[in-house]
Amino acid sequence: MPPEPSNPASHAHGHKAVAPVPQIVSHPTHAHGADAPLAIRTRGFSSWYGSFQALKSLDLDIPAQQVTAFIGPSGCGKSTFLRWINRMNDTIPSARAEGTLDLHGIDLLSKSVDVVDLRRRVGMVFQKPNPFPKSIYDNVAFGPRLHRKYTRAELDELVEQSLRQAAIWNEVKDRLHSSALGLSGGQQQRLCIARAVAVGPEVLLMDEPCSALDPKSSLAIEELIEKLAERYTIVIVTHNMQQAARVSDHTAFFFEGRLIESGDTEAIFTKPQNKQTEDYVTGRFG
Amino acid sequence: MSSLPANTDRGAIRDPNSLGRPKSRAARVLRERIIVGALAVAATFSIFVTTTIVVVLAKETIGFFEFPEVSISEFFFSAEWNPLLGAEKHFGIWPLIAGTLLVTLIAASFAIPVGLISAIYLSEYASPRVRATLKPALEILAGIPTVVYGFFALTVLTPVLQKLNPFLERLGDGWTFGNYNAMSAGLATGIMILPIVCSLSEDALRAVPRSLRDGAFALGGTKFDVSVKVVLPAALSGIVAAFLLAISRAVGETMIVALAAGGIAQITANPTAEVQTMTAYMVQIFLGDAPAFGVEYKSSYAVAAMLFLMTFGLTMVGQSVLRRFREEYD
Repeated sequence: MPPEPSNPASHAHGHKAVAPVPQIVSHPTHAHGADAPLAIRTRGFSSWYGSFQALKSLDLDIPAQQVTAFIGPSGCGKSTFLRWINRMNDTIPSARAEGTLDLHGIDLLSKSVDVVDLRRRVGMVFQKPNPFPKSIYDNVAFGPRLHRKYTRAELDELVEQSLRQAAIWNEVKDRLHSSALGLSGGQQQRLCIARAVAVGPEVLLMDEPCSALDPKSSLAIEELIEKLAERYTIVIVTHNMQQAARVSDHTAFFFEGRLIESGDTEAIFTKPQNKQTEDYVTGRFG
Repeated sequence: MSSLPANTDRGAIRDPNSLGRPKSRAARVLRERIIVGALAVAATFSIFVTTTIVVVLAKETIGFFEFPEVSISEFFFSAEWNPLLGAEKHFGIWPLIAGTLLVTLIAASFAIPVGLISAIYLSEYASPRVRATLKPALEILAGIPTVVYGFFALTVLTPVLQKLNPFLERLGDGWTFGNYNAMSAGLATGIMILPIVCSLSEDALRAVPRSLRDGAFALGGTKFDVSVKVVLPAALSGIVAAFLLAISRAVGETMIVALAAGGIAQITANPTAEVQTMTAYMVQIFLGDAPAFGVEYKSSYAVAAMLFLMTFGLTMVGQSVLRRFREEYD
């Protein structure tokens, strides 16, 4: 991530954001487009489940090849937003969305978007590790096999490379053909990461990837996220403030379906512009 | 304790034990004993009945093998079953087993693919509204008495099959449908077990956690990819158990085959042929075709014992597969 110059002038106007209806506060350092090309761009994005409005007019930029964390109390809409980026909400019949949601300039809400291709480009790691009840090898090879035809040797190489990227190769290389369900929770989650990177995505969405894991496994995943950010744009939803502070370059704070504040992680945690953000990151509510 | 001010506004809190009358401890103990006893009697009764049936079956089967004209080796290794007609009686079980297997095979070839495809449709594709209509329809199918399926085979399926006879004649003698044939009985049995296959398979498919489907969708799987490459394999043991339980029902099915399959015990793979199944033979004997307590009469116990072993085996395998399946996701 590029070093963010602290700009005292930027904080002055932000203080008026403490108001009954929260306004979005963007730290100006975040707008340095030349340093961080955009991966995902959102303008006036709203979404509903039936008549319940889960997201209210979001304007958010997610830079490429960096880690962006979504924080906020349960039910604030951060997971909902994550699931729009790879259109996982298509599986929920009552879900709908309006506004602009672009991935590298492609309108993701367009009917012409091929969701199969989109999901190949935008991988997802879930809250609870969900390996298929298949062998470790077949778990990783599952995605690639859906999209292309490989020779045995190519597939072997792809599986090894993916498992290495997920820092689990050394632990499983001698039992590639035994069931993935025999792995520990932390190993299963890294296997799910390997499974996601095996199809060559540009973006990795992680929905509370450590919440079902013990502290040691969580740490391993966090270290992995930092390494993966060299290649992938990572968006992570987390309830853990320390985790967001540790792993992310940018942070977006959601509350009751609105984006309250977004910007450089260090700024959000040390000099939040909005009272609600401050209360949340300091643990006073949520 | 005196530091607390007396609660004068809402009245003093009364000790619950100063109100009411105490209940009798002896009455409570007695009531519990009676309940435990009644439950135990009810549970023991079903075990007692089952055991009695098995014991009677075993005793009568041994009685059958004590007749001089019967030998165990003939029973298991002869291909002739002719207990009623002719000078010499023959008790080789295989023609009855072959008839049973032929009808079961036809039933399974129909019910397994159709049931499994319907189950995948209901579980993975159908909208909640379609499912809410189709599932009860299937359950109605399961509630139809099997004698109705027998009539259906005899009066609907067989006449329809006989329309094929002009084409089948060219295949040669014995390839046309008569009034009784294995095909119509097999198809009717297949329709009968269809709800079992479909309903149990659907249960198994729906028991696959949603998280696995999400995982596969997130990798770019289509609905078909997800259903066939992830959900189906994950539910496989439950589906196999459904197949085995349905097949054991087909093996034990009686009314349909007694009405529609005919009465000739023969080893044949020809679905147009008349066959006798193990169950149909027992119906024939107990309906009075044989004098009671003769060797023919007793032979039906031996057939029943064989049938019991077959269905028992299938049920046990099915149950053990199902148990393994349940452990996977609990």
